[in-house]
Amino acid sequence: MELDTQLLANVTAFLNIEADMLDNKEYHQWLDLWLESGLYIVPVDHNATDYANALNVAYDDHQMRLLRIERLTSGNAISTQLSEKTVRTMSRFRILDDVDGLVRVRCAYCLYENNKNGIRSYPANLQFKLARDGSSFKIAEKVVKIMKSSQYLTTISYLF
Amino acid sequence: MKTEIKVKNISSTADLVLDDRVHKSLYSDEKIFEEELDKVFNQTWVWLAHESEIPEAGSYKTATIGRQPVIVVRDRKKNIHVMLNRCRHRGATVCEGKTGKTKAFTCPYHGWGYGLDGSLRALPKPEEYENILDKAEFGLIKVRTESYQGMIFATLKDDLEPLDDFLGGAKKWIDLFIKQGGGYPLKAMGDHRFRFPGNWKIQLENTTDAYHFPIVHKSFIASVDEQAAEVFDFLDGEGFVEDLGHGHSVMVMIPELVDLEENLDEPIPARYSDLAKQLADEGHSNLEVRRLVRAVGGGGFNLNLFPNIACSMAFFRNLVPISASETEIHHIALGGEGAPEVFNQKRIRLHEHFQGPMGFGTPDDGEAWERVQAGSMAGTDGWIMLNRGMSRLSTSVDGNVKGAVCSETGMRAAYQQYKKLMSTSSEQ
Repeated sequence: MELDTQLLANVTAFLNIEADMLDNKEYHQWLDLWLESGLYIVPVDHNATDYANALNVAYDDHQMRLLRIERLTSGNAISTQLSEKTVRTMSRFRILDDVDGLVRVRCAYCLYENNKNGIRSYPANLQFKLARDGSSFKIAEKVVKIMKSSQYLTTISYLF
Repeated sequence: MKTEIKVKNISSTADLVLDDRVHKSLYSDEKIFEEELDKVFNQTWVWLAHESEIPEAGSYKTATIGRQPVIVVRDRKKNIHVMLNRCRHRGATVCEGKTGKTKAFTCPYHGWGYGLDGSLRALPKPEEYENILDKAEFGLIKVRTESYQGMIFATLKDDLEPLDDFLGGAKKWIDLFIKQGGGYPLKAMGDHRFRFPGNWKIQLENTTDAYHFPIVHKSFIASVDEQAAEVFDFLDGEGFVEDLGHGHSVMVMIPELVDLEENLDEPIPARYSDLAKQLADEGHSNLEVRRLVRAVGGGGFNLNLFPNIACSMAFFRNLVPISASETEIHHIALGGEGAPEVFNQKRIRLHEHFQGPMGFGTPDDGEAWERVQAGSMAGTDGWIMLNRGMSRLSTSVDGNVKGAVCSETGMRAAYQQYKKLMSTSSEQ
């Protein structure tokens, strides 16, 4: 097996920035990481492949990302008013392929939230499609497969 | 008007429900919760599934009646059965997972095998049961089930009135609700499931609570266009809440969207102009386009069926009691079987926009409900007020008690049915 450690390092560095922005609620900078055609998806069913025709927990195109960030930051949504910074950890990065300028990568992920009901954790498998953009990347797709998404979740007041 | 009612001398749970208020201990007392499972959920019709969730022979859905696990399944002749999910040998569940398809139910513990109709077909090493076990008597235990317009209900009470009678005045509204499919049969398209730390009745109340909408859902309203925001600005409109009997109620928020097959010549709202164009480009007739566009956003009312299901504008809301202070909610997305893909896709996107754990509506509802549960622990003589609109009631065209859209008429209806059931002796 051939290992491209340079690509892995670049991808990891990019995804760490993405995670750090979300934990620190730098939502507007986070938007700049995206291709406008990109899709942010939290599926209900982890085996789904046709996300457009399936019910998802979230299926955000550019317009919905803008609206969601407005919702998370405007102070109008009572569920977000006391929402603290989250903590997410990622590991086990694996490049799946690198074809025509599009790198597919997946990793292990866990988000911790300090909610009034206690510290809650959300383990997930993350899959990204990253489009090369000079020396960095733009997100073409992010799929968050959270454990229990098809059984039951809690209400969520941040972005995975 | 009385404001203080001491509860220390009240010994019966039914007495904690008055005409205009209920006591907050109904949200938090574990003993009351256990009594509710026995007297409410085990003694009434409970909604379990929509027929489209089990479309084929062998399709099943697991569900619960109160806390009891059941299987809803279609047999080889496509007849629907509801059975307790418990092997007759040593009691293991024989069916797992939310939905699926199977040829039989086999207990994983000792391999007892049951047919889709619940009959015990085979068991390993039968010789040790010689003359002591009649397979005909050891099928999965059947639960009485009846359906209306594809909505499957079941009851553990064999002598309960027929489902038709139980639904009564609600049937008219179910008939209107199923027009969601835009001319195609209604189809479940997956569900959002989440739990919140609060009592099931807080959710039951919420489906018939228009009063909260502009307050709690401010951020949702801010995320839709001006025309849609106007549609959701219904508190001063002609809407109403009607007590339909048996604890059921309908809250009409947008009267002009009650019947989705009427007014097909209305202008197409700007937010659906892309959809209309796509449908027209696919070759659908002008009438078909208009029917689909009118149905895509759902109807203008919430039908709250006691105790666990609502036909809520565009989706089914099913509540599952977990404990006094925890409830699971299922938001089931709906579309049309065989309807154009773009129509169903749009309905799914609209559902995701408001419903579910990351919707623009549900998390804010959840926050309010959590606070109701937390607040219910304060003080001893706390009452939850349900008197809104009581002095301005009228009679509907169907002869029912009717209040303003933001009255608490529907909650009072539900609690009177609750009181009736909780007043029965537990031996029944």
